[in-house]
Amino acid sequence: MNKKIGNINCVPILKYEFLPHMADAKFRAYGHSLEEVLVNAATALVSLMWEADQVRPVRKESIEVEASSLEQLTVKFLTEFLYLLEVKSFLLAKVESVRVEQIQKDDSRLYRLEAKVAGDDVSPQYEIYGLVKAVTYNEIKIEKIDGGWLLEAVVDM
Amino acid sequence: MDLVRVSEYIWEIPKSGEMRVPARVYASKRLIDLAGRDQTWQQAKNVACLPGIQKMSYVMPDAHQGYGFPIGGVAAFDLDEGIISPGGVGYDINCGVRLLRTDFKENDIVTRKKELLAEIFKEVPAGVGKGGITKLSSRVLKEILVKGARWAVEGGYGLAEDLDRTEEGGQMKEASCEFISERALERGLPQLGTLGAGNHFLEIQKVDEIYDEKVAGVFGLEEKDQILVMIHCGSRGLGHQIATDYIELMGNEFGFKGLPDRELINAPFKSRLGQQYYKSMCAAVNYAFANRQMIAHWVRSVFEKVMGEARGMRQIYDVCHNVAKVEKHTVSGKEKLLCVHRKGATRSFGPGRAEIPAVYRQAGQPVLIPGSMGTASYILVGTAEAEEMSFSSTAHGAGRVMSRNEALRRFRGEQIRDELAKKGIELKATSWKGVAEEAAAAYKDVDEVVKVSHETGLGKLVARLVPVGVMKG
Repeated sequence: MNKKIGNINCVPILKYEFLPHMADAKFRAYGHSLEEVLVNAATALVSLMWEADQVRPVRKESIEVEASSLEQLTVKFLTEFLYLLEVKSFLLAKVESVRVEQIQKDDSRLYRLEAKVAGDDVSPQYEIYGLVKAVTYNEIKIEKIDGGWLLEAVVDM
Repeated sequence: MDLVRVSEYIWEIPKSGEMRVPARVYASKRLIDLAGRDQTWQQAKNVACLPGIQKMSYVMPDAHQGYGFPIGGVAAFDLDEGIISPGGVGYDINCGVRLLRTDFKENDIVTRKKELLAEIFKEVPAGVGKGGITKLSSRVLKEILVKGARWAVEGGYGLAEDLDRTEEGGQMKEASCEFISERALERGLPQLGTLGAGNHFLEIQKVDEIYDEKVAGVFGLEEKDQILVMIHCGSRGLGHQIATDYIELMGNEFGFKGLPDRELINAPFKSRLGQQYYKSMCAAVNYAFANRQMIAHWVRSVFEKVMGEARGMRQIYDVCHNVAKVEKHTVSGKEKLLCVHRKGATRSFGPGRAEIPAVYRQAGQPVLIPGSMGTASYILVGTAEAEEMSFSSTAHGAGRVMSRNEALRRFRGEQIRDELAKKGIELKATSWKGVAEEAAAAYKDVDEVVKVSHETGLGKLVARLVPVGVMKG
């Protein structure tokens, strides 16, 4: 497995993979950039609930989150998709753009993320086969590797 | 792992490193081998390192790896020196089980079973994106968070006696909405009165075997083939968001340094954040009580509609299995108040405890243990021994042994439906893929779990229930 992480050529090909986890789900996402690894993680997350490529990208939503660490940024960004589903009845088809910047707010340095996402309303034409309850900090990892970024997260099902 | 066998069903991990107390596991050799394949023991050791922990870090027979605390973990903390941890409660705050009994026998409903299940499926919203009560205002939601099942009963959902037969009377009095984020409230609004998905279910069951006739009689179980209804669900997105919020807030305030797992994040129980989490958690507990109260009411209405009456339908009990509570326990011969975390564990109070409703007080508290989809569930009774052994706690279910991915590879939902049908069990579900993930073979043998509970005395067997109709969210 480690060999794979170090293999630069592997990064652009594989967007994400699921790792063994007894009770819930754990995935590892890859990306050339921080933004790309977050997008791929979002794709991994929603693949546990519905098939994003079946959803028509007819409705737009925006996401804005601020966090004090990359781990927190990951949890907050991914949790947005649970919020959009439960509160706005929104199914993600694709993340159209993501921008992460570091900002100074009061005394602390924060990560600020803005994303535009496209999808559709929940409706009987789309099968929702699972429900993620929460994105956890358990075994969370987001780090720079050779040739890009790697992100691992466990989600509570 | 440094697991030492104390007796047939009791194992200990002695104190080492930063552990303040030893860890104790209640399990058979078979269950030990299953749980040993993941991080369960390490997580039990991590819990033993937390400030203010009393006696031992306990692990129930159905334990498996969780986040921070293991699922099936029980730990009690001193109120002054100790902590409260959102990871020690879990994301699904007051995930729990409600059981209703009836005077129907299997023969009475056999020809109407399909219809009963279809009507319940229509009345009780399940799955994702299926809204609960429409037009629930934020003002009413806040009232529910404070009043719990009491709000539902006052609004005509069910009977006053249901409250008496619910842990905490269906309402944790310490609840407050003041420290709950707007996000959490927003996630709670559309989901009240919904079953949810995943391992949550609603089953029409029948009594398969009675082990203790006297106690069964007290609980309202008279004979084989008597029909019951079991409801298993929790606090939905509201509870999940409260857990997420407080893990973040506590992380921001105390940092994750020195914690072997970020999900062990905690705050001193009496600190500002500790109290804010506790009060918010109590509000989520109340939301889940109200949720199950409403679902039970709809089930009652369906029986009235389809069967002409809800003959003898009465609530046996409603238990939480993800919660932190302030309870009185004896430590080193002295009674004291402790913050008991039960994460995937059921309270198991023995005879005489004031918290048990008067009708059951001499017998002990009913303990409801749901099996996996399509398998047996059990009613046990709390014991005096459990007080000494596990701060009055026992198992909460079967516990997974196979990942969801593996289950999806191995099983198909339609095939599970057909196999259950051969056994006379009807199944209605929102997604066949979701059914495959919850295949019984992906879970431990619940029979073995309750056997350990019975043999050790954590909770004694009263009756075995088997499903005749299953609705899966």
